[in-house]
Amino acid sequence: MTKTALTNMGESIARPTGWAGFSADWTSDQRAFKSASWGKVMIWIFLLSDTFIFSCFLISYMTVRMSTTAPWPNPSEVFALTIGGQEIPLILIAIMTFILISSSGTMAMAVNYGYRRDRVKTTALILATAAFGASFVGMQAFEWTKLITEGVRPWGNPWGAPQFGSSFFLITGFHGTHVTIGVIFLLIIARKVWRGDFDHERRGFFTSRKGSYENVETMGLYWHFVDLVWVFIFALFYLW
Amino acid sequence: MVDLGSVEAIPPAETADVELYHPKSWLTKYVFCQDAKVIAIQYSVTALAIGFVALVLSWLMRLQLAFPGSFAFITPSSYYQFITMHGMIMVIYLLTALFLGGFGNYLIPLMLGARDMVFPYVNMLSYWIYLLAVLVLIATFFTPGGPTGAGWTLYPPQAILEGTPGQDWGIILMLISLILFIIGFTMGGLNYVVTVLQGRTRGMTLMRMPLTIWGIFTAAIMALLAFPALLVGAIMMLFDRLLGTSFFMPAIVQAGEHLKYGGGSPILFQHLFWFFGHPEVYIVALPAFGIVSDLISTHARKNIFGYRMMVWAILAIAILSFVVWGHHMYISGMNPPFGFFFATSTLIIAVPTAIKVYNWVLTLWRGDIHFTVPMLFALGFIVTFVNGGITGLFLGNVIVDVPLSATMFVVAHFHMVMGVAPILVVFGAIYHWYPKITGRMMNETLGRIHFWITFLGAYAIFFPMHYLGFMGAPRRYYEMGETAFMPASAMTLNIFITIAALIVGAVQLAFAFNLIWSLFKGREAGGNPWRATTLEWQTPQTPPGHGNWGKELPVVYRWAYDYSAPGADGGFLPQNQPPAAPASRAAA
Ligand code: HEM
Ligand SMILES: [Cu+2]
Repeated sequence: MTKTALTNMGESIARPTGWAGFSADWTSDQRAFKSASWGKVMIWIFLLSDTFIFSCFLISYMTVRMSTTAPWPNPSEVFALTIGGQEIPLILIAIMTFILISSSGTMAMAVNYGYRRDRVKTTALILATAAFGASFVGMQAFEWTKLITEGVRPWGNPWGAPQFGSSFFLITGFHGTHVTIGVIFLLIIARKVWRGDFDHERRGFFTSRKGSYENVETMGLYWHFVDLVWVFIFALFYLW
Repeated sequence: MVDLGSVEAIPPAETADVELYHPKSWLTKYVFCQDAKVIAIQYSVTALAIGFVALVLSWLMRLQLAFPGSFAFITPSSYYQFITMHGMIMVIYLLTALFLGGFGNYLIPLMLGARDMVFPYVNMLSYWIYLLAVLVLIATFFTPGGPTGAGWTLYPPQAILEGTPGQDWGIILMLISLILFIIGFTMGGLNYVVTVLQGRTRGMTLMRMPLTIWGIFTAAIMALLAFPALLVGAIMMLFDRLLGTSFFMPAIVQAGEHLKYGGGSPILFQHLFWFFGHPEVYIVALPAFGIVSDLISTHARKNIFGYRMMVWAILAIAILSFVVWGHHMYISGMNPPFGFFFATSTLIIAVPTAIKVYNWVLTLWRGDIHFTVPMLFALGFIVTFVNGGITGLFLGNVIVDVPLSATMFVVAHFHMVMGVAPILVVFGAIYHWYPKITGRMMNETLGRIHFWITFLGAYAIFFPMHYLGFMGAPRRYYEMGETAFMPASAMTLNIFITIAALIVGAVQLAFAFNLIWSLFKGREAGGNPWRATTLEWQTPQTPPGHGNWGKELPVVYRWAYDYSAPGADGGFLPQNQPPAAPASRAAA
């Protein structure tokens, strides 16, 4: 076997180089990812799987957009708001995008303060992230209501291809569900940080695993992913 | 030469030993249990039970095909429902669940020297959601209109249109059940993958893992990437059915009436389905490949030939199988260059697959072959898999596939390669690991009877189907009726196949009896009845206790295939056997 494990025999071992070295590193003893905990590896792989889900949704949306014979409604007009007598295209979506991206910033700061074991700031930043997330969902609900009152339904709309409404409700709904789940977990984590669970390694109610500030980072990875997905939805659904 | 057999010093532990969750009550110990071994048994029993339903459905289909119209309760509609449920249950609820949820849960922690999966609680949820999926599936049999008859591929538009059996409830519950299955599987799958990546014991490098684990690990990754496509397809079809969206529905005129649908793409569903469906074949096959490698090596007392090549072949198959899905859609019509691409990539998969077959044969070459029951099943697998693989090469070519695609030839092909072959491995694996799981051996005589009747019977069933397919007998037909191109003797053949199927079915009852009987009356097995090297046979207790390893985790010093080791006690060296003396390092 190629030797990648440390030995305690005090002799030097020639490490393989090139492809052999690459394979030896990745297949090495006990752990493939030396610095990553179980939870972090799990969330990364989950997100990879989730990426495939969103990719399938977006590719399917593009396919039906091509297959439908009716004209596709113009998103700049559909998603415009009239503010002060003036029609501003995509204004709400722009604000929503801005908010979600800001929430990624507060989340990153929360992770940082978490590792510094600053309970108060971490809690505050997580709560801010959750508030951003909740307002995003709120604005999405507003947008849905607006479109529904204008007659957009999953099976049809006044302006053209029925697939427009179908894809819109499906994709934003699926993403919104992700955000909502994220907000719920943010609140749970915020409570745990505030209560000091991660300082005292208090055990989880269900899992009976010791708590640690790493949970904040795991949460953060999910949150950043949800933001990133939104960027693609924004580009492919609203801007195209 | 890579010196796979050599030993080296013990690496230091990189992570602290995990603390186990200790069940406090009977309920958390046996029912809502977080121990992977218990979850494995729950998964396996559930999968075998629902698999039995699929077996009974196959009898009913065969009875209809042999004696058309003799059974009042088998109508054309119910025949479609039987086909659909049979196919779906066999592929997903039996084989996928059994290989990954069953064998994966049992073997991954034990073979890697771990105490449990990395997230036992999530692992437990995985089983309960799977059970829920199975219950929803069963419920479709009792809903008005019965289960869906759309075929296991659920192709729209017919899957959700009036006129297809089970259109009102069956299809809805089917899709919900699939969605639940995928959620449950994801929870388990993340566990299997992360445990392999991060939860191994000291000395267990990836390149020392038994091939069983390589197969299950790779299959779990594939499933995590392939199931999303099915999930998305299922959700969108549910929308089409419940909300009247038209993701998959083109404009349709039915009975002179324009339906509310229009503008969707039925082909889109086919792409989503087969982007899942083809990898699914390998999700079932790769664990089987891995298990067979270990069975052969152990029962032929020889190291596996070309271990590294075997690993790379598994990975190559996994990657390639994501770019061949189009070979299921030749008859849907596609641009010729795409047909060329999919045919080429399909044929290329034969290369790593053939490497594996050669390596199995070379492992057997001059081995000390013990014809134990697991070995018989492993050998049966190799033959059957080669058989089904070769017809697969035929069907991979557009020009051969187009005329054969909707015939019994395809039915014969996929039953050989992903029906019979993996099922033989399931049996072999159960006979092999039963002594570890229960502490008792299964009855050998019954096992042999079970093997020979199943193996020969499977050929009696599926070999003639190739021939029927060549003659043009269509697939998914309730009855043939009078045709010019089918000689009357084809009917005799159909009767022959049905009798064989009933006999094979009956002998599975003997297997079920053996499972239960041996639990109480089987010979005591001891810790390592097959004299195997892998870690699960070296546990301090048999069956392994909570936490698997007692106080100290095992340390691994060598690869999993030190059989026929010169001078070793009994001719084999368990993976956790320390080197005799530092001097032996030089010799290796
Ligand atoms: C004793 C064993 C079995 C018998 C007798 C049997 C028989 C049949 C029959 C008669 C059909 C319908 C053919 C037609 O009319 O088109 C069928 C379909 C099918 N079987 Fe089996 N089968 C068996 C085991 C399995 C196993 C182990 C699998 C697991 C992969 C499997 C997977 C399928 C699938 C996927 C279909 C296609 C369903 C469809 O067309 O929608 N079968 N089987
Ligand atoms: Cu395929």
